[in-house]
Amino acid sequence: MGEIKLMKGNEALAEAAIRAGMQAYFGYPITPQSEVIEYLAREEPKHNYVLLQAESEVAAVNMMYGAGGAGGRVLTTTSSPGFSLMQEGVSYMTCTEIPGVFANIVRGGPGLGTIQPSQGDYFQAVKGGGHGDYHVIVLVPNSVQEMADHVFLAFELADKYRIPALILSDGAIGQMMEKLELPDPVPYKPNKPWATTGKTKDRERNILTSLYIKSEDMEIKNIHLQKKFREIEANEVRFDEYKTEDAEVIITSYGLTSRVAKKAVDIGREQGIKLGLFRPITVWPFPKGRIAELASRDDIRFFISIEMSAGQMVEDIQLNVCGKKPVHFYGRMGGIVPTPQEILDTVQSHLKE
Amino acid sequence: MLQEMIFAGFGGQGVLSMGSILAYAAMKEGKDVTWYPSYGPEMRGGTANCTVNISDQPISSPVVNEYDLSIVLNLPSLKKFEPKTKKGGILIWENTIIKQKPERDDIRIYGIPAVEKASNELKNVKVMNMIMLGALVTLNQIVKIDSLMKALEDTLPERYHHLLPLNQKALELGMSLVS
Amino acid sequence: MKEGYELIYQRPKTLTDTRMHYCPGCFHSTMHKLMMEVVEEMDLQENTIGVCPVGCSVFAYEYMNIDVQEAAHGRAAAVATGIKRIHPDKLVFSYQGDGDLAAIGTAETIHACNRGENFTFIFINNGIYGMTGGQMAPTTLVGQKTSTSPYGREPAKVGLPLKMAEIVSRFGRVAYVERVSCNTAANARKAKKAVRKAFEYQLQKLGTTFIEVASNCPSQWKCTPEESLDWIKDHVLPYFPLGVFKEPEKKEK
Repeated sequence: MGEIKLMKGNEALAEAAIRAGMQAYFGYPITPQSEVIEYLAREEPKHNYVLLQAESEVAAVNMMYGAGGAGGRVLTTTSSPGFSLMQEGVSYMTCTEIPGVFANIVRGGPGLGTIQPSQGDYFQAVKGGGHGDYHVIVLVPNSVQEMADHVFLAFELADKYRIPALILSDGAIGQMMEKLELPDPVPYKPNKPWATTGKTKDRERNILTSLYIKSEDMEIKNIHLQKKFREIEANEVRFDEYKTEDAEVIITSYGLTSRVAKKAVDIGREQGIKLGLFRPITVWPFPKGRIAELASRDDIRFFISIEMSAGQMVEDIQLNVCGKKPVHFYGRMGGIVPTPQEILDTVQSHLKE
Repeated sequence: MLQEMIFAGFGGQGVLSMGSILAYAAMKEGKDVTWYPSYGPEMRGGTANCTVNISDQPISSPVVNEYDLSIVLNLPSLKKFEPKTKKGGILIWENTIIKQKPERDDIRIYGIPAVEKASNELKNVKVMNMIMLGALVTLNQIVKIDSLMKALEDTLPERYHHLLPLNQKALELGMSLVS
Repeated sequence: MKEGYELIYQRPKTLTDTRMHYCPGCFHSTMHKLMMEVVEEMDLQENTIGVCPVGCSVFAYEYMNIDVQEAAHGRAAAVATGIKRIHPDKLVFSYQGDGDLAAIGTAETIHACNRGENFTFIFINNGIYGMTGGQMAPTTLVGQKTSTSPYGREPAKVGLPLKMAEIVSRFGRVAYVERVSCNTAANARKAKKAVRKAFEYQLQKLGTTFIEVASNCPSQWKCTPEESLDWIKDHVLPYFPLGVFKEPEKKEK
């Protein structure tokens, strides 16, 4: 059994990264996630990793590109405006197939916005975010425990598929403290024959580039990437369900709001409303198949997506419910977290329709 | 049993640390805990608060509708959280800073002169949050007082350990005010 | 080898057998060759990682027979930083043009130099954006005509050409800065010596090493290769003088 601690989400992420064998962290401070770089800076003397506060998020992501391409296990963390700046590098890393782990501890936007929690970056995270046809793997932790666990998973998936993996969390999960069991350290044994480590006599030179100037070559590269994305969709979907077996109403929610929704399910059930919660753990790949299955169930009356946004994940729910059931939405914006009662009130108003 | 609590006051009054010491103590007793802060610029000067949930069972939401116990150290917090205290719940308010009395008659209300006691009897106003915390655990028995002392010892940097006896006195003073 | 002939010159093995796409007379070809000769002479092929830029030399990896990462426009210094931090004992260089290093990537350049990142910048300064069609660069000379300064560069509007070698030589953790050219055979030999010194200092972990090459662009300067050499002598070098701007103090024996 691992060590039991009371930690902030951001600190849990940082500690987990050390335990997962992170070799380099590049980042630029931004609220509400600066605890990560601060924690790593404090712990640095005890460990062997590279820690560098970059001059900008743009520089940080390109240091990731360099260090990840050179075979390192690399991490950066940021919050919304910073992740927008990083999109250039994410697009390059995806095409060049350089693995690396990102965390976006989302705050309210658009623009400079607020430093309070939000889920307004969902579209940016799951639809690519930068230029070109691509996806990155997106994990959405809903607890301090998962902030730690998902770091291990993100590194593993990033290396396995040679792709950036994103932990999409929010300011509240980053800042709150919970009891967690820290995962035991896992030695990292790199096996990256494609990395730029110096051309030895027994192999051809390794070139990491996203430049394919001939259209035919660029299309071949894209077909290769799309094949990989389909493979990830087939193998890496993760989700969680709570009391959906006999539910008449399916609440869909991820991250912090899925916790609030779970409480709403319990309170609702005490009042005789058959509520269930569907929580994606990966939002790309999205649990399309399971949503479609639930949509085909006769006893389910409707779906309702609860988010801290103007309605983003709800579009993916609608796509996969595919008109078989009504799909409602309730969201708060600007850093406001909906309460369990607000969720119940909305559900009840739809039940009366 | 699940206890949902709010700690609220001005930044600098120690509301966040009060909550985290309690959360730590509960965690050490094997309970599940969440500590959910307001964060940001209001940490300096404005109002600050944290929600602390403690339970024998896994806790679903760190965000709640109403509180079993509210502990308020300034007037804006009293105004905000008195109405959000559950019927039959507990409201603890600091009654030397807050001049306006709570109004509800369906909750248990305890006025604690923590600032006055900390300044006059303990000669250190900073430990007033420990007086409030002493009152809290006496009223709802959520953790043992020894666990709180252990929590202080574990979480305070060693350079402040000479202040541990003072904090213990403050906790005991808080207990005596409500027992 | 034909009887009676003696091999006195050949392509270094650190260059691939690919025909270069560079315009006739362009210094990119010369610099690629000089750098790869140094890598070969120092026996560093197995321990060298290059970073290529965006610009005409975006395809440098087609010719250099070493491990290479292609960087986004302006980000070569950050990419090289990442690589060097993972492999502190290997030889790492960034190869960048003037738009890349001194316009879009200024922040990355300045901060890598200020940190004293222990890699070598090879800065090809030809005062124009060659690949995108001859637009003004941060190092375009005053009065020089380009497609975006058709009446000549006006300092009142766009400032003066940036002297990067002079700027970065002021940083405490930058070890070695030299501006070279390849406009004459003698200068090309000096350029190669400068590259070698930079690589040696890097392997000695002395700090950032920075070689600026006063380079040419016959195609976008709208002149012949020969005329471009005259332009360098008459116009470029008076503003961008050759020489060593900073060098580590020689240790006394």
